[in-house]
Amino acid sequence: MSEPAPHIRLELVSNPVYLSGARELINAVAKRVGFDDIACSKIALAVDEALCNIIRHGYDRATDKPIWISIWPLAQGEDHRPAGGLKLVIEDEARQVTPEQMRGRELEDIKPGGLGVHIIKEVMDEVIYEQRPSLGMRLTLIKRTPNSDDPATVADTAAQRPKPPN
Amino acid sequence: MPENDAAFTSHSPSQGVLVVTPDVDIDMSRSPELRTILRQAIDSGTKKLIVDLAKVEYMDSSGLATLVEVMRQAKGHKADLVLAALHEKVRAIFEIARLDQFFTIVDSLDEAL
Repeated sequence: MSEPAPHIRLELVSNPVYLSGARELINAVAKRVGFDDIACSKIALAVDEALCNIIRHGYDRATDKPIWISIWPLAQGEDHRPAGGLKLVIEDEARQVTPEQMRGRELEDIKPGGLGVHIIKEVMDEVIYEQRPSLGMRLTLIKRTPNSDDPATVADTAAQRPKPPN
Repeated sequence: MPENDAAFTSHSPSQGVLVVTPDVDIDMSRSPELRTILRQAIDSGTKKLIVDLAKVEYMDSSGLATLVEVMRQAKGHKADLVLAALHEKVRAIFEIARLDQFFTIVDSLDEAL
């Protein structure tokens, strides 16, 4: 069964100046889904950290490479309002690594850097790193709202998933 | 050192003490500037470097990395680094990274001075 089309799809280039825009979008969407201010901020932080890792490690700080962020609500409430939490998928065309390589450093080893993966895993309920079929990586992040009882299921809109960029 | 870049201002309330006040989110696009300013402050002999974070509503791990690096540099120069007036959201990232005990963190600039 194909995945339903994302409710939001953002494409940006790998320039750090656009991170704030991506954060504000994530923050606003998370708020509409029902997360409190601190949770919204943490979700935006997790996405920011993922984007930074792509820019820094995947693209070696090149500022003209593509990154895509797709967003789905985990459920839909009355009047089609997003509810239940969020599923975010971040894709790139950067160098591929094995998911096992995506681990943070030990926190006891205090030194600059290496915190991004740890932060992502601390904030999100589910974190899945995968290689895209031909090029780049795909990171799936799921965060459920506190009152969400069921495991994550993306709202079924019966729409086809758009052809992934390659 | 740029004393009055719009994103970062600084002033010296007394000899050997420098207060740096960022007025922007500290993310990957801004942390290099902050790093330069703070490192220059330590290199130029500041003995107490206070980073007033009252106007910073967001910081990511690049900001944390900058502060860790500067903290280590300060220790090497027998200087103090104090972080003041962290927003709740910024404090949360320090706690996630378990760095809230690594730094000297105070609630206000007055407390830092």
